[in-house]
Amino acid sequence: MTENTVQTTTGEQNVPETRAEEQTLRPPVDIFEMSDGLVVVADLPGAPKDQVDINVHEGVLTIHGKVKQETVGTPLRNEFELRDFYRQFRLTDEVDTENIRAEMKYGVLTVTLPKAEKAKPKRIEVKTSS
Amino acid sequence: MAPNQGWDPFRELDHLRREVERMFQDYGVNLPGGAARRPAFLPGQAARGMYPLLNLSDDENNIYVEALAPGVDPQAFDVTVQDNSLRISGEKQALSQDITPDAYHRQERSAGRFTRTLDLPVKVNTENMEAQYREGVLHITLPKAESAKPRQIQVKVS
Repeated sequence: MTENTVQTTTGEQNVPETRAEEQTLRPPVDIFEMSDGLVVVADLPGAPKDQVDINVHEGVLTIHGKVKQETVGTPLRNEFELRDFYRQFRLTDEVDTENIRAEMKYGVLTVTLPKAEKAKPKRIEVKTSS
Repeated sequence: MAPNQGWDPFRELDHLRREVERMFQDYGVNLPGGAARRPAFLPGQAARGMYPLLNLSDDENNIYVEALAPGVDPQAFDVTVQDNSLRISGEKQALSQDITPDAYHRQERSAGRFTRTLDLPVKVNTENMEAQYREGVLHITLPKAESAKPRQIQVKVS
């Protein structure tokens, strides 16, 4: 019943809930496909780049960013609270884990996940015999 | 019902319901009654005039403002103080226009211009204001005007 007929590339329904998720922010993401792989863009404001951990394990991409709230003085007004970021995605295409690239800029994380060679569509040469 | 038998309207509805629920829950902290079960860092989805979200604090000498605004080119920020009102405007950069809509699997972030004004609780000295953009958070330091600083009154014993 719970199985997905159509497995979307990034449906995370199958990823088990974790305790870590309870006290963390789920960052909003954009995910799009390029010819050679998948790009994940996530807003992680407040997370220094050395505190962002990205890994792909058994087809699950995990983004975990630790933040440091550095409030000075006495709070007068609080509209947001920085929390660690945590989110997981199931990937259907096999990823070339050796060549994952990640970049942080202005609190925005961009992860590029190249498709593994065997997951790339192979073009078959059509030969004509004359 | 056998699984994996093509399109199932009930399952589709269930997915839709979950997506909608998630839209309302996602962008806050998942804490019971926590400080921020509120829309966060999305110019398009935050209430009008409420982007970026701000934290305000002070000490004896300064007022500190933190604005949650990831993905802004620092050059695009415009921070001004006039009539004791702080105005922050800027633009959250959109992703490249070259990405075709059907290449997207998910599109939850948004982009665009924003402006927010905030009345400051005390008079500030506009000469020595500072703003720093670090990891998507804008930190503004506004020195309090001399007249706004607390003064200690000597209690004399006669």
